[in-house]
Amino acid sequence: MARLSGLQRDVLSLYRKCLREIRNKPETVYRAEFQKHLSVNKKDFSTIEYLLRKGNRQLELYATPGIRNIR
Amino acid sequence: MASLRTTSRLFAASRPMFRPAFARTYATVEPTPSEQPKMKTFKVYRWNPDTPSEKPQMQSYDLDLNKTGPMMLDALIRIKNELDPTLTFRRSCREGICGSCAMNIDGVNTLACLCRIPTDTKSESRIYPLPHTYVVKDLVPDMTHFYKQYKSIKPYLQRDTPTEDGLEFRQSPEDRKKLDGLYECILCACCSTSCPSYWWNSEEYLGPAILLQSFRWLADSRDEKTAERKAALDNSMSVYRCHTILNCTRTCPKGLNPGRAIAEIKKMLAV
Repeated sequence: MARLSGLQRDVLSLYRKCLREIRNKPETVYRAEFQKHLSVNKKDFSTIEYLLRKGNRQLELYATPGIRNIR
Repeated sequence: MASLRTTSRLFAASRPMFRPAFARTYATVEPTPSEQPKMKTFKVYRWNPDTPSEKPQMQSYDLDLNKTGPMMLDALIRIKNELDPTLTFRRSCREGICGSCAMNIDGVNTLACLCRIPTDTKSESRIYPLPHTYVVKDLVPDMTHFYKQYKSIKPYLQRDTPTEDGLEFRQSPEDRKKLDGLYECILCACCSTSCPSYWWNSEEYLGPAILLQSFRWLADSRDEKTAERKAALDNSMSVYRCHTILNCTRTCPKGLNPGRAIAEIKKMLAV
C-alpha cells in the first residue's frame, strides 16, 4: 500500500474515532457522512481540511454523554 | 400556529389603516429627490459550507449611499434585505456593545456597526471575515477556540474568605480605577485576529483579548488567586509570544490598549 499523506491519515483517524465512538451510541449514520464526500478531489486540501474540522467538531459534540440519540 | 396566522391576517385585512407600509428594521435615510444617486460598490467575501469544494469568492453589490444609513452594518443589512438574502453575518446591538459584527473592513479589523462607510464612491469597500479564523459561512468566523481560551483563564472572581459583614466584596475607588480600560472589553476578537503572533501560535498563545481579560482579573483587588493566575501564565507560550507588535491597540474598535495590559502582565511576572 502506498504511503499515506498526512491529510489522508487525519481522515482515517477521524473514521477510526467514529468507529470507536459508535459502540456507545445507537444507530448512527457516520458512514453516510464520509460517503457523501467521496467525490472530493484528493488535492482539494482546503475542502478536506474544512470537512475534517467539521467532522471532528461533530464527533466531539456527539461523544458527550448527554447525547443519547441522533436523528 | 395556523390559527394564529389566520387571525392576524383577518385583523390586518379588517384594519388596513393601522398597518405600516413597511417595517423599518435598520437605519435608512429618506432620499431627497434633487440629489444624484451616490452609488458605491461593496465587495463581500462569500463562501458557502454546503458546497465546500467551491472556492470562496468576492461578490460585489452596488448601493445608493443616499438611501443607506451611515455605517457599514447598515449597508450590510440593506444588502441582505434588498439585494441578497443569502448573505450571512452576525449582528446584534448595532451600537458597538455586543461585539458580534467584528469583521475585516477595508483591511482593518473593526466592528461593522462602528465603522462609517467611506464617502468616496469611486473606490470600492472590501469586507472580509476576521483574518486567520476558520470561516463558518460568509462573514461568520468560528470563535470556538477563542472562547475556549477565554474559559481557560477562569474569568470570574475567585475568593475564599467572606467579608466580615456578609455583604458584597467592597473596593476602594482607587482599586476600582485600576479596572478602567480593562472591563470595557467586549471580546469581539478584533485585536487577537489582527496579531501576527496569534496567527502563527493561536494554539498556545492566548492573544491580546484574552490577556487583557487575564490582567483584568490579576488587577482586581478582590481576587485572591493572583498567585495561581500568575503561575498559569508563567510559561514561554501564554504571554511571551507577544512581541509588542501593537496591532491590537491600533485596531481595537473600543479604543482600549491590550498592548499595555500585556506589558503590565509581563511586569507582574518579572518581579
